[in-house]
Amino acid sequence: MIKYVGKRLLHLAWIMLAVSFLTFLLMYLTPGDAASKKLSAQGVAVSEEVLMQTRENMGLLRPFFIQYGDWMLHAMRFDLGVSFKDGFPVAEKLWKGLKNTAILMVVSILLSLLAAVPLAFLAALKKDSVFDHGIRLISFVGNSIPNFLISVLLIYFICVRAKLLPVVADKSVRGLILPCLALSIPIISRFVRQFRAEFLEQLGKPFVAGARARGVKEFYVLRDVFHNASINILTIVGLSVGTLLGGSVVIETIFRWPGLGKLAMDAITNRDYPVIQGFVLLTCAIYVTVNLITDISYHFIDPRLRER
Amino acid sequence: MKKRKIPLSHLKTKLWIFLALAGFLIILSLLAPLLCPNDPFATSAKVMNQAPCKEFPMGTDRYGRCICSRVLMGARTSIFSAVSLVMITFVAGTVLGLIAGWFEGVADSLIMRLADVMLAFPQMVIAIAVAGILGGGMGNAMLAMGITGWTIYARLARAQVLSLKKEPYVQAAKLSGCNAFTIMVKTLLPNMLGPLIVNATTQIGVMMIGIAGLSFLGIGVTEPQAEWGSMINLSRSYVQLAPWAVFAPAAATVLTVMIFNYLGDCLRDYLEVGGKE
Repeated sequence: MIKYVGKRLLHLAWIMLAVSFLTFLLMYLTPGDAASKKLSAQGVAVSEEVLMQTRENMGLLRPFFIQYGDWMLHAMRFDLGVSFKDGFPVAEKLWKGLKNTAILMVVSILLSLLAAVPLAFLAALKKDSVFDHGIRLISFVGNSIPNFLISVLLIYFICVRAKLLPVVADKSVRGLILPCLALSIPIISRFVRQFRAEFLEQLGKPFVAGARARGVKEFYVLRDVFHNASINILTIVGLSVGTLLGGSVVIETIFRWPGLGKLAMDAITNRDYPVIQGFVLLTCAIYVTVNLITDISYHFIDPRLRER
Repeated sequence: MKKRKIPLSHLKTKLWIFLALAGFLIILSLLAPLLCPNDPFATSAKVMNQAPCKEFPMGTDRYGRCICSRVLMGARTSIFSAVSLVMITFVAGTVLGLIAGWFEGVADSLIMRLADVMLAFPQMVIAIAVAGILGGGMGNAMLAMGITGWTIYARLARAQVLSLKKEPYVQAAKLSGCNAFTIMVKTLLPNMLGPLIVNATTQIGVMMIGIAGLSFLGIGVTEPQAEWGSMINLSRSYVQLAPWAVFAPAAATVLTVMIFNYLGDCLRDYLEVGGKE
């Protein structure tokens, strides 16, 4: 177990190293150098002299790998530089945004699980019934609607037509409803599809037929089915964090939720490169960490893995 | 557990219907300029936010542009970009996977480690960052989605090659002196295309939603070029005045994605059942 975790941590470290290199390279390869980007983000008129001075101050005249090494060593101490736009430390901005995005994501995941698990379970139990077909149809349609479209439709029907909720999300519970719904609906649709397939697979296994034939109470049979399915469910949930992180950029921009995604979109509009860099690095770190945690948690669910 | 068997012929009919529908959409998108009732770029102050009528079957937007024509032209952008992007990533990923699986060693490590790193980026996050940094445009949006898109095919192709390698007929081809290229193209590829094509088909919808999402954020296909995502973004600010300006491109997006997604499902079912019988 400890050996396994150590191995995975080492893998994670190397992946993050590669991710940081690619992120840095991406910024390095963009047209125009950081000095002129910084000056134009601040709206300063650019003369060659000012440009050279800024380059010198920012250390841009050093070789590529020294620049990268310097940046990475700072990044490891959570120092991601300062924003071109207002000079605030990037890490501080990201931290503020992360707290808001975390609220949105945790609520959305909980909502998705609460909706998807019972629906998928019932659909799998009543396979090929009207209920099953209905659920499959709805989840299929839900899977084909982009999240930005769901947001726009929600705003139109709930805010504009029915006037039930405000369009711009404030930090109250009421403000959370629409962004979370918009973020969860595609996830719920995908979860239902995948969970249903997983439950069906488990229900078709011989142990179910065996237990039923021995007259084991249905409750205990289903409990075991659920327990066995939970490993793959966990994987699916872990992978959905990536979709949520991408989706939150869209949703936060539409509902003006002051999270990571909105921060990133504002940074893109302002060409605020250190913030974009920090955003990409942070989201990747979250994503790989979540998936590492899911992998490790298999060991707590599946006793067979503990012995390895 | 009782298993209801779906007859192969039934699946085949469904598959043909949705193949025809998808083909129809692709042809429609290619012929779009000929089918537009009006000039999709012509603005007019006289017919702003016009409700659907005879002259403008889906109404007009804030600038008096014909929405029906713009949706049709948008089909060209959306469908063409998604289908070609899937084709490019499919070919690139499959070739890389073939090379990694067949030669193993250094090539394998290099390609698969790169794929591992790419998988650490959530697809939309890296797409938004890349498209945002490079600035708008369809080419950049496609590049942004494609950076991570190839990994699916590479991993799948590699896994297939590794298992096919042990098959006697592959060994026979190798022993009879075929070079690596011939074995890959003539022996391996035909036997592994099924799952790859199923994946590619389901990816069309994903890519379409992704590119539309980038355009919606203003970092994909940009005005005045017609694209469904950017049309929805522009018209959502006056949705109470002209809901048709949102609903027409919205319906087009959802229907198209649904058709391609269902096609993928049909294809998978067909290959699964067909493989068993």
